Amino acid sequence: MSAWRCPACGYVYDEAEGHPREGFPPATPWADVPDHWACPDCGVRDKVDFEPVEEGS
Amino acid sequence: MEAHVEHGHHHHHDDVELNPAAWSDGKRYAWLLGILVPLAPFIAWGAVEGTGFGGFWFLGPVLVFVIFPLLDLAIGMDATNPPDSVLKWLEQDHYYRWCTYLFIPIQYAGLIFACWMWGDGGLSVVESIGLAVTMGVVGGIGINTAHELGHKRDDLEKWLSRVALAQTGYGHFFIEHNRGHHVRVATPEDPASSRLGESFWEFLPRTVSGSLRSAWGLEAARLDRLGKSHWTLRNDILGAWAMTVVLFAALAIAFGPIVLPYLVLQAVIGFSLLEVVNYLEHYGLLRERKEDGRYQRCLPRHSWNSNNVASNVLLYHLQRHSDHHANPTRRYQALRHVDEAPQLPTGYAGMIVLAWFPPVWRRVMDQRLLDHFDGDVTRANINPRRRQQVLARYGGGRTGAVATPGAPS
Repeated sequence: MSAWRCPACGYVYDEAEGHPREGFPPATPWADVPDHWACPDCGVRDKVDFEPVEEGS
Repeated sequence: MEAHVEHGHHHHHDDVELNPAAWSDGKRYAWLLGILVPLAPFIAWGAVEGTGFGGFWFLGPVLVFVIFPLLDLAIGMDATNPPDSVLKWLEQDHYYRWCTYLFIPIQYAGLIFACWMWGDGGLSVVESIGLAVTMGVVGGIGINTAHELGHKRDDLEKWLSRVALAQTGYGHFFIEHNRGHHVRVATPEDPASSRLGESFWEFLPRTVSGSLRSAWGLEAARLDRLGKSHWTLRNDILGAWAMTVVLFAALAIAFGPIVLPYLVLQAVIGFSLLEVVNYLEHYGLLRERKEDGRYQRCLPRHSWNSNNVASNVLLYHLQRHSDHHANPTRRYQALRHVDEAPQLPTGYAGMIVLAWFPPVWRRVMDQRLLDHFDGDVTRANINPRRRQQVLARYGGGRTGAVATPGAPS
């Protein structure tokens, strides 16, 4: 399981948690999230702008 | 967990509470003045009672469109920012959020009071309309309060945002604004970004209908991913509108159906006030496309700003709009002036009035916009229906070639 962070606001998409309200149940892989999906918290950056979260940080 | 990206290179992981002792917030208590607007119907009542002059029912528009523009001119500007080191402390101070929460019970006490006056207050029709205009202004400024709360991660604040929007029936705003407008701001695809050569009166129907369609599309896509029907109260648009229907129905039952035309009138005035603010926030500004076809990210130069103190206090720093678009979840008290941001000639309150008069608006804004693009009008977001006219008037680009009718092309 990996996690991805919005570079604008710090929101983290964690594959283990998904984002059920947005239609991504827990364990939804990041690859299954559409490219045009914008950050649900700030809307400033899109999925393709997200950065991987380093393990243990 | 709140995870904010700090700007500036000297910040690492400052999870420690910073000591703000060396700095004090000059606007701290000024934010309480935000409740002046929802108090307007009560102040109007007091003034009518005290003087016998029914014209005071029009206090709301006079306050926002006359008194605040004059206060902007009289008080002037303040471009000072809190130091970066106190931003985190400033955001976690709950005093500031209570200033915005306080708006909402006063807003609804005023609405109930207005309905009581419309139903049993013995007002003339003109006085009732005056009170409806005042309530529309409260509702429109209420959308600004909803805007501040709707950007927050906290569920309570998101819910309060929807409550504040119920008065104007604009519950779809908190979806379209956060997920539509912020994504497509300053592009031709955004219904809420106005264009060079587009008057406010052309913009108004385009933004109202376009924002509604966009909100529905966003919510439909979300419900499709969930495998749910669009026609359910789980649809946040329908849920928010249901709140308005229940509110208006309850008020009509309590005070009589006579309140309904005034409730509709104040709602239209309220959301039109929001849309005129939308009109001036990004007028003509355009993000460039990158080589991959995507738009460059929203930068400070893509929003119009103002440091006028009176309007900034009235609108919870909405005029520090570039920082808001860079950091939409940042709380109002921590928004900063940005040097690179284009500046309006006066505060939003005064600019609203100019926007109602398109020839005046063009005279004040178009050259300012051209200057922002170093005279290159082709870098602006231009109304496609009037593109030839705009290019003819302001030159076709860097070459300075001015198209003249009949000239060989």
